[in-house]
Amino acid sequence: MAHDGTTSGTGNTELVRVATSEHRLARYTLIGLALCFVALFLVLPLAAVFTEALRNGPGEFFVVLTDPETFSAIELTLLVAVIAVPLNLVFGIAAAWAIAKFEFKGKAFLTTLIDLPFSVSPVISGLVFVLLFGSHSLLGPWLQHHGIQILFAVPGIVLATVFVTFPFVARELIPLMQEQGTSDEEAALSLGASGWQTFWHVTLPNIKWGLLYGVLLCNARAMGEFGAVSVVSGHIRGLTNTMPLQVEILYNEYNFVAAFAVATLLALLALVTLVLKSLLEMKYSEQIAASRRH
Amino acid sequence: MEVRVQNIRKEFSRFPALNDVSLDIRSGELIALLGPSGSGKTTLLRLIAGLESPTEGTVYFGNEDASRKTVQQRNIGFVFQHYALFRHMTVLDNVSFGLTIRPAGRRPAKAEIRKRALELLDLVQLSGLEKRYPAQLSGGQRQRVALARAMAVEPNVLLLDEPFGALDAQVRKELRRWLREIHDRTGHTTVFVTHDQDEALELADRVVVMSKGQIEQIGTPDEIYDTPNSPFVFGFIGQSNILPVRVENGQLCIEGRSIGVSALGEADGPAQLYFRPHDIELLDGPGGCIAGLVTVTRRVAGTRHVELAIDAVNSRVEIELPPEKVTSDHSRVAFRPTRWKLFRD
Repeated sequence: MAHDGTTSGTGNTELVRVATSEHRLARYTLIGLALCFVALFLVLPLAAVFTEALRNGPGEFFVVLTDPETFSAIELTLLVAVIAVPLNLVFGIAAAWAIAKFEFKGKAFLTTLIDLPFSVSPVISGLVFVLLFGSHSLLGPWLQHHGIQILFAVPGIVLATVFVTFPFVARELIPLMQEQGTSDEEAALSLGASGWQTFWHVTLPNIKWGLLYGVLLCNARAMGEFGAVSVVSGHIRGLTNTMPLQVEILYNEYNFVAAFAVATLLALLALVTLVLKSLLEMKYSEQIAASRRH
Repeated sequence: MEVRVQNIRKEFSRFPALNDVSLDIRSGELIALLGPSGSGKTTLLRLIAGLESPTEGTVYFGNEDASRKTVQQRNIGFVFQHYALFRHMTVLDNVSFGLTIRPAGRRPAKAEIRKRALELLDLVQLSGLEKRYPAQLSGGQRQRVALARAMAVEPNVLLLDEPFGALDAQVRKELRRWLREIHDRTGHTTVFVTHDQDEALELADRVVVMSKGQIEQIGTPDEIYDTPNSPFVFGFIGQSNILPVRVENGQLCIEGRSIGVSALGEADGPAQLYFRPHDIELLDGPGGCIAGLVTVTRRVAGTRHVELAIDAVNSRVEIELPPEKVTSDHSRVAFRPTRWKLFRD
């Protein structure tokens, strides 16, 4: 600290340039380029969505949102997220726990498998379910006989969403849990804690921030998923359309205000997610740092 | 509580980590498991704890077979090299953990738990820091919290895995002395693992020297240092010199000439002579000694280390002399080991 004080006091900071800093011109050019890029690809489209949605004033904005079909799309999206996110929360923790804390054969294969939903196109993910549960599939006739509707109904949409969003929680947790190792758990066990107590009092608190990020991202994707859901939903208006599908339909019907109004909701969701994440990071930065270092 | 390890064998995916190890640990003893990395010392400690299970063999706690018991049932205290403190809990909560998670029947009252934890923090000289989080403590303080946490459950045996390994030299020395004091005051049976021989020799009642999954020697620090029973122990503990010699008629000879050391009762033939750099006497005479040319001299604190080339057997030895004894390079020095040991291949 004392050293910093003397250099700025004598005003020779320009003469003795820190080795890792660039010339002023280079610095401003790079910063400018980055800002332009952010404005063009992130801020501008977002602004466009909001201006289009509010083109005819806020009154119409709310009118189109209360349209029964749009409203049911919002409901369906929330329902799907409410089912898919908790499922993937549990699956993700279980998978990360198994991979990070235990040694077993086929571990590398399982890790690859978890990444599968990321590496295949969502359309393919949807088609997999069509092939599994469609009327010409092996399971199809049996399902039909028992009157179980999976494709073109809510169960199919939930399945597709769970599949596509599976990696988010697990991916976030695996490196974190691997880095933290198993000695905290061993310490708890040696002090007499049961497996469940160890998980609840030691493992979960250690991973809670990573878990929260994973859940936020998983939720954002669950609500925003288009490709896989589009294949399995059947686009039945008022019944199996989620918000992203509803946006497409409205847009194709040249109902731009309505399309962008629904799109604003999705965009808002993304913004809320990001703001929430940043707020949590700001508020608990010390704890987060502490849970990552040892 | 006394702990007995009987004919333990442990394999990790066909690779043997421990091979037929037996060890009796007396009640109230402070015992060190000492060895290079890969010698199986940590595996042995974890087997006693119940964090690993043996491929074969038995662990007794007192007269009870503990082998089939889980780590929770064994009631041990384990201290990890990297502390493994619960980072989201305060120091007080860390120390109380083992008591608070007990089932309601065996759990002391809240006030009692708090009182016990505070007493332990006082014992490890951390009074006043109970509200801190582990990240706000120094390494030495963290390890003291870890020890207090392990002692809170009144363990049958305290197991410490390289407890000072992550600390810097100064702190390590302090904690060493302090651990000995704590042990003498509480009387817990304690086993600690270390690869630092100074630590083992200074701290332990008995030292177990391990190598390649086997116990090489068990003894008091004096026994281990003064009468090592194998070339490995001699070489691993302290500084040592090795010279190829021959035994002829009860005399040690290099190139057919006696070095003035009698080895009565030893059979004739080649052998390796082991001796420590400070266990020598300087001589003037041309006969009955080992002679060498000075190649390097170093002054290390209170002694002068002199490296000699013994041309007769084409090897080098190091001897320690008082600092006032000045030797110039390439000068000739004659000496004779006063305390030594012979090993044969």
